[in-house]
Amino acid sequence: MLELFIYGIVLGGIIALGAVGLTLVYGIIRFANFAHGDLMTGGAYIALFLVTDFLAWLGVPDVIFHPLSFGLRMAIAFPIAMFLVGIVAIIFDRILYKKLREKKSSAVIMAMSSLGAAFIMRMIILIIWGADSLFYRPGVLRPALDLPLGVKIRPDQIFILVAVCFLIVLVHVFLKNSKMGKAMRATSDNMDLALVSGIDTEKIIIWTWGIGGALAAAGGILYGIDVQLHPYMGWNFLIPIFAATILGTIGNMYGALVGGLIIGVAQQMSTAFLMPTYKPAVAFVIMILILLIRPKGIFGGSS
Amino acid sequence: MEIGGLIAYLVSLAIMAGIYAVFCLGLNIQWGYTGLFNIGIAGFFAIGAYTSALVTSPMPKGVYAQYVHQLFGLNMPFVAGMGAAAIMCGIIAYLIGYPTLRLGEDYLAIATLGIAEAIRLVFNNEPWIANGPRGLMGLPQPLQNLVSPHNYNYLYLVIVLVVMAIIFIAIEKGIRSPWGRVLRAIREDEVSAAMSGKDIFHFKMQSFIFGSMVMGVAGALYAHYTKAISPDVFTPLYGTFVIWVMLMAGGSGNNKGAILGAYVIWGIWIGSQFATDFLPATLQSRAPYIRFLLIGVLLEVILLYRPQGLLGEEKKVSKWVED
Repeated sequence: MLELFIYGIVLGGIIALGAVGLTLVYGIIRFANFAHGDLMTGGAYIALFLVTDFLAWLGVPDVIFHPLSFGLRMAIAFPIAMFLVGIVAIIFDRILYKKLREKKSSAVIMAMSSLGAAFIMRMIILIIWGADSLFYRPGVLRPALDLPLGVKIRPDQIFILVAVCFLIVLVHVFLKNSKMGKAMRATSDNMDLALVSGIDTEKIIIWTWGIGGALAAAGGILYGIDVQLHPYMGWNFLIPIFAATILGTIGNMYGALVGGLIIGVAQQMSTAFLMPTYKPAVAFVIMILILLIRPKGIFGGSS
Repeated sequence: MEIGGLIAYLVSLAIMAGIYAVFCLGLNIQWGYTGLFNIGIAGFFAIGAYTSALVTSPMPKGVYAQYVHQLFGLNMPFVAGMGAAAIMCGIIAYLIGYPTLRLGEDYLAIATLGIAEAIRLVFNNEPWIANGPRGLMGLPQPLQNLVSPHNYNYLYLVIVLVVMAIIFIAIEKGIRSPWGRVLRAIREDEVSAAMSGKDIFHFKMQSFIFGSMVMGVAGALYAHYTKAISPDVFTPLYGTFVIWVMLMAGGSGNNKGAILGAYVIWGIWIGSQFATDFLPATLQSRAPYIRFLLIGVLLEVILLYRPQGLLGEEKKVSKWVED
């Protein structure tokens, strides 16, 4: 049970990376981005391209950081993939959502547009890589370490926890201290007030997509390292990240983090008595319960 | 292809498009008239198809029973199957609508998305309900003794068109009544509709249940046309996304547009199959993804440049209002 709890924290960290980005977009650009899961998939596959093709072509040596299952190439590919997915998210905003904003389309139309964007991204991935599961390093042995209390954990999973903590702290520092971060929080709290204080909302929107996309990419890559890559991996994360976002109150980054951890732990613990394929359904049931009991989430005031 | 084969092909195309048109009519009640964002159509599709399959097929016997497991098999007529499909979908719609319809519009979307995935997971993982991933096969078809199997599709096309016509008339009557005008008032401005003393939650719930029941009927029509159903059919792609593109293309808020959109998009979808035959061999195996990519791009183009669709909404729905 303790082992499942720890695996749940690992999974929850990955969900949290998706949920933090989603909640920022939700709070600042104000629509439900159904393409967020597929941004995670996009990050994982861009990293795959970099690791197996581009960096190999450049002649970057294939050094493995033992006891981890990946090495130098992944260390280079990770931040590049995050940056590129941030750019992809910004491009989608420029060609789709910005035009819809200018036309004063409703939030539901933007959500529908994001659903279309999700399918477009997934189809591109399917066209290039096909429908099979892939690995960053096929065939590599990934032995687990024995920790006290009979817990087995792979070094990769410890890396994932460290990476999630690092990224969350980075975003926290950015939002708390930088001028742009403060402006983003102000916009999330009150759009009209931010506008009258002379904040350039278009610039904020670009930064929000960039950060949201980059975090989603990180989540996707970490899942790829932990488990495998699959064109539907991000889509299957969509319900958990929405559940985490709602659980932690829409627009609240720390809430999304807590929500992600709760959903991840609940999903992993459920495998003790349910089939693992039911994991998305577990997130869904938690979300429905939250909507019934406390629709504004754990950090939302009662309206 | 000789002419008889061509006609048979067009008939099968018209049947599938007709079934999709019934889905579009159901979605039009929810989205077109009430503004409810249901992206879990695949869930209602599955519930409708499976309910009707279980109600109309006999319980497997003998050797067959070892290979096919199902919760029950009532061996009842097609109309009973369709009715049961509608009722089950209505119940599911109530259960989903209850926690979400009082909240903002995206909550319904997320919840419907979730229920569709959950329903597919249940049918995949619980073989005792409806044979798990292998699904059910050899489903009975209505009036199948009336004509030879070779000509059966002509009869089924008539059945689909009759069901579509009945639903079309029912929705048109509803929309042109005071009830329909309340729905459109809620879509346009919830607050002012509430200020006119309308119970927003109940009207939304009625619209959501009504639309979902129509989707259940469409799911039943699908099950008895293909005679075989399995959980992979009810994916978000085939079961939800295509139907959305159809309604947006035809014109949401217009029942004729809903039907037109279903036929146009299904025509494009089938037509694109011939176009991908010209692709190089390496891309052939991935042709369906290329076609879906184009359908996705088409949705974005519609949303950006022609959000009203081909026909657009009929603004005037009362004969008492002058032009």
